[in-house]
Amino acid sequence: MALDGPKTSGFTAVGTTPNRPDGLDKVTGRAKFGADAQAPGMLHAAIVRSPHAHARIVSIDTSKAEALKGVKTVVTRADFTTGLKGENWNILENVMAGDTALYDGHAVAAVAAISPLIARDAIKLVEVEYQVLPHVTNVDAAMAQDAPIIREGAANKSVPAGLHPNVVRYHESGHGDVDKGFAAADLVIEDHFTTEATHQGYIEPHACLAQLGGDGKGELWCCTQGHWNVQKICAALVGIETSQLRVTASEIGGGFGGKTVVFIEPVALALSRKANRPVKLVMNRSEVFRASGPTSSTSMDVKIGMKNDGTITAASGTFRLQGGAFPGAPMEFTAMCAFAPYALENVRQVGYDVMTNRPKQAAYRAPGSPMAAFAVESVIDELCKELGLDPIQTRLKNASHEGTKASFGPKFDKIGLVETLEAAKAHPHFTAPLGENQGRGVSCGFWFNHSGETSVTLALSEDGSAQIVVGTPDIGGSRASMALMAAEELGIPYENIRCTIADTASLGYNEVSHGSRVTYASGLATIAAARDAVKRLCGRAAAKWGIDEEAVVWEDGCAKPSGPNAGDFDPLPLAEITRTMGATGGPINGHFEATPEGAGVSFATHIVDAEVDPETGKTSIVRYTVVQDAGKAIHPAYVEGQFQGGAAQGIGWALNEEYIYGEDGRLQNDLFLDYRIPVASDLPMIDTVIVEVPNPGHPYGVRGVGETSICPPLAAIANAVSAAAGVRLHDLPMSPPRIRAALDAQKDG
Amino acid sequence: MDYHIATSFDDAIAVASKAQGITRFLAGGTDVLVQLRADIVTPDTLIDIKHIEGVKDISRESDGSWRIGIAVAGAEMTEHAALMADWPGVVEAMDLVGSTQVQGRATLTGNLCNGSPAADSVPAMVAAAMSATVAGPNGTRQVAVKDIPTGPGRSSLAKGELITALHIPARGTSSGDAYLRFIPRTEMDIAVVGCAVNLTLDGDTITSARVVLGAVAPTILLVQEAANAIIGTSLDEAALTALATAASAACNPINDKRGTIEFRTHVAGVLAKRSAKIAYERALANTGNSA
Repeated sequence: MALDGPKTSGFTAVGTTPNRPDGLDKVTGRAKFGADAQAPGMLHAAIVRSPHAHARIVSIDTSKAEALKGVKTVVTRADFTTGLKGENWNILENVMAGDTALYDGHAVAAVAAISPLIARDAIKLVEVEYQVLPHVTNVDAAMAQDAPIIREGAANKSVPAGLHPNVVRYHESGHGDVDKGFAAADLVIEDHFTTEATHQGYIEPHACLAQLGGDGKGELWCCTQGHWNVQKICAALVGIETSQLRVTASEIGGGFGGKTVVFIEPVALALSRKANRPVKLVMNRSEVFRASGPTSSTSMDVKIGMKNDGTITAASGTFRLQGGAFPGAPMEFTAMCAFAPYALENVRQVGYDVMTNRPKQAAYRAPGSPMAAFAVESVIDELCKELGLDPIQTRLKNASHEGTKASFGPKFDKIGLVETLEAAKAHPHFTAPLGENQGRGVSCGFWFNHSGETSVTLALSEDGSAQIVVGTPDIGGSRASMALMAAEELGIPYENIRCTIADTASLGYNEVSHGSRVTYASGLATIAAARDAVKRLCGRAAAKWGIDEEAVVWEDGCAKPSGPNAGDFDPLPLAEITRTMGATGGPINGHFEATPEGAGVSFATHIVDAEVDPETGKTSIVRYTVVQDAGKAIHPAYVEGQFQGGAAQGIGWALNEEYIYGEDGRLQNDLFLDYRIPVASDLPMIDTVIVEVPNPGHPYGVRGVGETSICPPLAAIANAVSAAAGVRLHDLPMSPPRIRAALDAQKDG
Repeated sequence: MDYHIATSFDDAIAVASKAQGITRFLAGGTDVLVQLRADIVTPDTLIDIKHIEGVKDISRESDGSWRIGIAVAGAEMTEHAALMADWPGVVEAMDLVGSTQVQGRATLTGNLCNGSPAADSVPAMVAAAMSATVAGPNGTRQVAVKDIPTGPGRSSLAKGELITALHIPARGTSSGDAYLRFIPRTEMDIAVVGCAVNLTLDGDTITSARVVLGAVAPTILLVQEAANAIIGTSLDEAALTALATAASAACNPINDKRGTIEFRTHVAGVLAKRSAKIAYERALANTGNSA
């Protein structure tokens, strides 16, 4: 749709904070999540998983499992489609191992039985003979010359000659002459950083109910961030036509990117087809950790040159990401986001996508960006300290703004980084006194934001209420935001609008709820669909009044004559028009389907105070402020929720969360007991400041907010902890043993 | 799996004595049921002992000692004002186990019998010199709590034996106890190191002390050298330093996902100092008039 520039004032519904439409269902337990789906005659499934990090599958004997009373069927890779290519092959290989188990937890077979307990007993009876192969789980080790090869021929053409076959993709970008830039600097700091893989940590495990008949028609109910994507992939993996599989998305207990892909759905479909019964499959927490996608771990080198006045003269970075046993680690995002906040004449970034014997990484909230910020913003912090510069003033001096040639190529449109820095500088937090053993850290962060294919239908009812049908699962209160935007356009109350997430048979294609795209893209589509319906409403009024359609305007929920006819007729409220719509031309709906262009990028600045107990190395986050550009906050409370959520997950990632592998390549902490996400009492109240620099690409100026909030925390916390401890921390998580070791090393050094 | 609801300890002993394979007693179930669901331990016989009369009672004996029933939940101890006043270290140690929901079920006896070297309540129980009444096919015996765990997941109880009650000695005056643990978070976690101190004063001088460490060796450690470091002192800086050194020296931990050998060894000393300070303050305040 053509935009005249965003509406920036005069909102009535947008900017208010009504209760979410799914709220009552969720607080009363009525909401249906993935594991709540039921069907008559339903079987329960369980998956046999490899206990080895890397092993050839010599044989699989399912006879004992099949003989167990209550077991209805067993599937292995032989029950899936053959001949797949590209990413579909990778997905199938991950969903059910072929001739090699590639990581601890890799699925090798699955059982469907009449009860969950029988299924669990049955998987112990599946006899798999493995030939254990050498394994590697560390990104640097996997790039070394003597590293075991995960899969020959997995690399694409981007990889320069001479690198290990585990390096499967390569990225290089930048502009200017970094050598010249470093030569012009008064101080150059280069440092090495690592981050460990973390899991999205959604509370709801993956769950689905599948039904696939011999007629090639299927039904799938599942917990996902994008059911059209599930439809497309599952249909390909089980070999049916896409449109013959109807997928319904359940309510979702968290996704954060980790539910944009499929793990168990094709397995449930294959079992269902073989057993000719509906099959329910629910992961337990251990399976979620071992076999769904965490984020990448990284090894990074960053070098930045600065003049005494704080001007950055050059910056370069090398970012090595392991993404598990398949290509896809988001290293190009890491590289491209790394220096995006800064207007640099000389910048160069290199990325490596490296395979290891770990689960296939999945997107995690701004995939790749938080790690980049950790490395880059730590070096900037160190430069500021060495040169005696103010951290916010220095960032302001170098900040990207409208027209800046971004480190990753294009010129920035209207952006709000400077505004977030100014707001952070003015916030009382930035100048508040610090206590003993406390330190303050600051960091900026950047995320692209995404648009994507989007379809929305809006239907008016006879009584003047409206329903919006969208296809993007609600992972952050988006149904409320959609209803607010429709209310704004239609001029009817928020409460008179119901927003539903349609199944794949009830609406056109919608890309996954990812890339912070929903409030932007589905929002834009909702506004466009509402305007489409308004046009029809105006048409009915024009017909009634016998004037031109163009001479009717829509204001305050009413059609009004305008121009020469202004005042000739009484305003016609929406409900008046819909009451008779059957007789005046039929149902009134509005539609939109397109791939909008113009998802505005987003920046944030975070301020963190950390207190480190020098005797134990334990860190407490004592104060936290998120300042982020939302473009326009449709539902400010849910925008704040996204800001706080990103900060909370960042605190976990920075301090205690990590995938811990043993020498045997097995994951050692596959439960929440030893995979330490923050509990409520670990967090301070996270303060938020919503900056609104309208995105020219959205009718109201919306920018995605879900992901940018996790970009600055790792760096901001690392800077705070380093200041509090008096020693620079280079490796995440900054767990107490690591901090103690750094303090001891400093004392010894 | 055979599931049996015991009507008396004799009944439980009779069933356990005859049972084949793995037997587990079910009181709070916060370990037994979790281990069952996680496929760690699948008992052949499960004997539910929480319906036996008196197992949920907390009572003070005539000599001032306390008797804690084997199915008393942590939350009941925390809400028992007189017990809390006498033995805050024991009560607080138990209160650190799990979540609010878990506190409604979890028991001291279960925490002891689970045999984890990282169990929070056990160092406090050992510091308090608690004992257990153990009943079995060959009769009843009194056993020091310290002697019940013999290694991770193992205990000194014989086949058919079970604990029928726990006993905390009379508190006495000028004495106090404390327990601290180190976890990377603020709650809902398992001790990386735990330390309990129980001591008695004469004036401001420590006359007796027990210092106990958890999660730094295959079993709970009662560290006599650490106690010796503070006995006869008024817990001055020199005594605290000696205490930390002795506590660290006693450690024999492992490197694992929860902490390194160096870290555990160092933090054991830190916690010993901090626990001793709290116990000392409590002893100073304990004039015997509070109860």
